Amino acid sequence: MNIVVCVKYVPDATADRRFESDNTVDRDGVDGLLSELDEYAVEQALQIREKREGEEIKVTALCVGPDKAVAAVRKALQMGADEGVHINDDAIAGSDAIATSLVLAKAVEKIGVPDLVMCGMASTDAGMSVVPAMLAERLGLPQVTLAAVVETQGDQVRIKRDGDTATEVIGAQMPLVLSVTDQTGEARYPSFKGIMAAKKKPLETLTLGDLGVDASEVGLSVSWSEVADTAARPPRTAGEIVKDEDGSGATALTEFLASKKFI
Amino acid sequence: MSEVLVLVDHVDGAIRKPTLELLAIAKRLGSPSAVFIGGSDQASGAAEKLKAFGAEKIYAVDDAEIKGYLVVPKVEVLQQLAEKASPAAILVVSSGEGKEIAGRLAIRLKSGLITDAVDVADDGTTTQSVFAGNYTVQAKVTQGTPIIAVKPNAAAPVEEAGAGAVEEFAATISDDAKKAQIVASQPRQSTGRPELTEAAIVVSGGRGTGGDFESVENLADALGAAVGASRAAVDSGWKPHTFQVGQTGKVVSPQLYVANGISGAIQHRAGMQTSKTIVAVNKDEEAPIFELVDFGVVGDLHAVLPAATEQINARK
Ligand SMILES: Cc1cc2nc3c(=O)[nH]c(=O)nc-3n(C[C@H](O)[C@H](O)[C@H](O)COP(=O)(O)OP(=O)(O)OC[C@H]3O[C@@H](n4cnc5c(N)ncnc54)[C@H](O)[C@@H]3O)c2cc1C
Ligand SMILES: Nc1ncnc2c1ncn2[C@@H]1O[C@H](COP(=O)(O)O)[C@@H](O)[C@H]1O
Repeated sequence: MNIVVCVKYVPDATADRRFESDNTVDRDGVDGLLSELDEYAVEQALQIREKREGEEIKVTALCVGPDKAVAAVRKALQMGADEGVHINDDAIAGSDAIATSLVLAKAVEKIGVPDLVMCGMASTDAGMSVVPAMLAERLGLPQVTLAAVVETQGDQVRIKRDGDTATEVIGAQMPLVLSVTDQTGEARYPSFKGIMAAKKKPLETLTLGDLGVDASEVGLSVSWSEVADTAARPPRTAGEIVKDEDGSGATALTEFLASKKFI
Repeated sequence: MSEVLVLVDHVDGAIRKPTLELLAIAKRLGSPSAVFIGGSDQASGAAEKLKAFGAEKIYAVDDAEIKGYLVVPKVEVLQQLAEKASPAAILVVSSGEGKEIAGRLAIRLKSGLITDAVDVADDGTTTQSVFAGNYTVQAKVTQGTPIIAVKPNAAAPVEEAGAGAVEEFAATISDDAKKAQIVASQPRQSTGRPELTEAAIVVSGGRGTGGDFESVENLADALGAAVGASRAAVDSGWKPHTFQVGQTGKVVSPQLYVANGISGAIQHRAGMQTSKTIVAVNKDEEAPIFELVDFGVVGDLHAVLPAATEQINARK
């Protein structure tokens, strides 16, 4: 069985994230890492491999991103993925979800027919939560998304998820695209052994040419939507903070809410 | 005037509020056409409501053949309607499902897509809030039929009747569209409170409640608010995941957000930072949530909330 896990390299959420002058996300000035939410996808892929002991299962970590982004693939290898593929090409810079999903789809096809393509629920930077659906569309596969619990048996996948209006169990047959949430359970830390082993694992770097994608199909200039303006939210003006003493807090709170007409 | 397709979000024919907001936005861009995919017995009731809130046209698509299949059948319906009507834009609710439909549709129609819009102007320029609410972005679709996923509360519903002409539409659904299926579904029990993402006021509790949400809920009821929770409270099993506010929960943007016993971690902020007015009750005056507040009380929530609730109820 072949599992491809899509891992994104993102600016650290705790750092000061910002935009470049061309309104793309500044990916060089800010330190990055494997998107926290994609760690859950790696974890679930590894758990599937572990639960189905005896079967031949290969987990490939796939990342589309600049030089530094190889760190995301490395982390996945350290956690336990078998192989890594990094798609790196200057022409990809500034790609939106539509172009990114094209590159991912071509890379998945290049890696070989997968049984499962796994994704995080959203990337922690742009966070559109649409790449899994777009990837499924491009690969002509069904998608089963936002899983809180994942189970596989043979070529059947069953997930549980908390929908907007109901808790659902969803079933589908492989091959498919699967995205998982942070409810699936904590991701493992790389062990010392894992870190050492990762150094010997195959890690391939490919360009658009290797995938048969033309540079004119990706990048900022072919984006199907355009960011006209970005602005930092004005800092919130310092609020009033009171200490509660013998019930004074409740009275002050009530008065504040009344003054704002919430009562 | 060009049609603007609005995918109707409903539960068994009951239209959810964000759809009415979409109709108001559709009117800015063209002539609102609601797309109702549901039971044929539900269509006329739904049509009445859609008409009352401005739908000029209602495409009724019988879902007998596709009910229980995920996302793709709806994509095919919208694709076929888009080819027929050449709409000026397609609007969906920016929920998990809505965004997935929009994503697939964008590829099929070779059209640009914008998700999580918090506003849409007459010329189709959208406003989004990114990086945990730290930036506002203005964007516009430049190719194809703009597909815009709009967040709840982006506009006020306008009760101004449209022509409401119902047209039955029979879509052709491929076998490939029926590959992911809902096997079992447990409808969420209504709490009797407003929906978290739709509510004008949200009162949340975190680890600081110690698992006792009663004072949080009583305050919420006094204010007519929805109840939310931090991930710490959800992970502890005190509230189901659907109550979670934050990066991996719901993103809310109410008029008033009251955080109780919540420290204000970045992942929590990502879900509430754009609230109009923010209030916090926390016993630690150093808690980062106080950096965000318009009004804060340093104190024990188990003392402050019941007393405040009593005073609020007394004033009503
Ligand atoms: C990938 C990822 C995704 C995440 N997604 C989310 C998310 O969507 N939403 C989310 O909320 N978190 C999320 N988190 C978790 C987040 O980092 C914090 O751990 C979490 O928000 C903490 O919840 P809390 O504020 O309730 O708990 P704590 O940080 O423990 O804070 C509890 C607060 O309660 C106060 N307190 C204690 N007792 C009282 C009392 N009697 N009266 C008043 N105050 C009291 C304390 O002073 C403290 O400030 C995510 C984390 C990760 C890694
Ligand atoms: N550049 C990328 N490289 C690898 N995977 C990606 C990339 N962008 C998005 N993904 C995957 O798609 C998921 C959703 O991303 P998004 O739609 O951007 O929120 C992520 O959690 C990743 O699994």
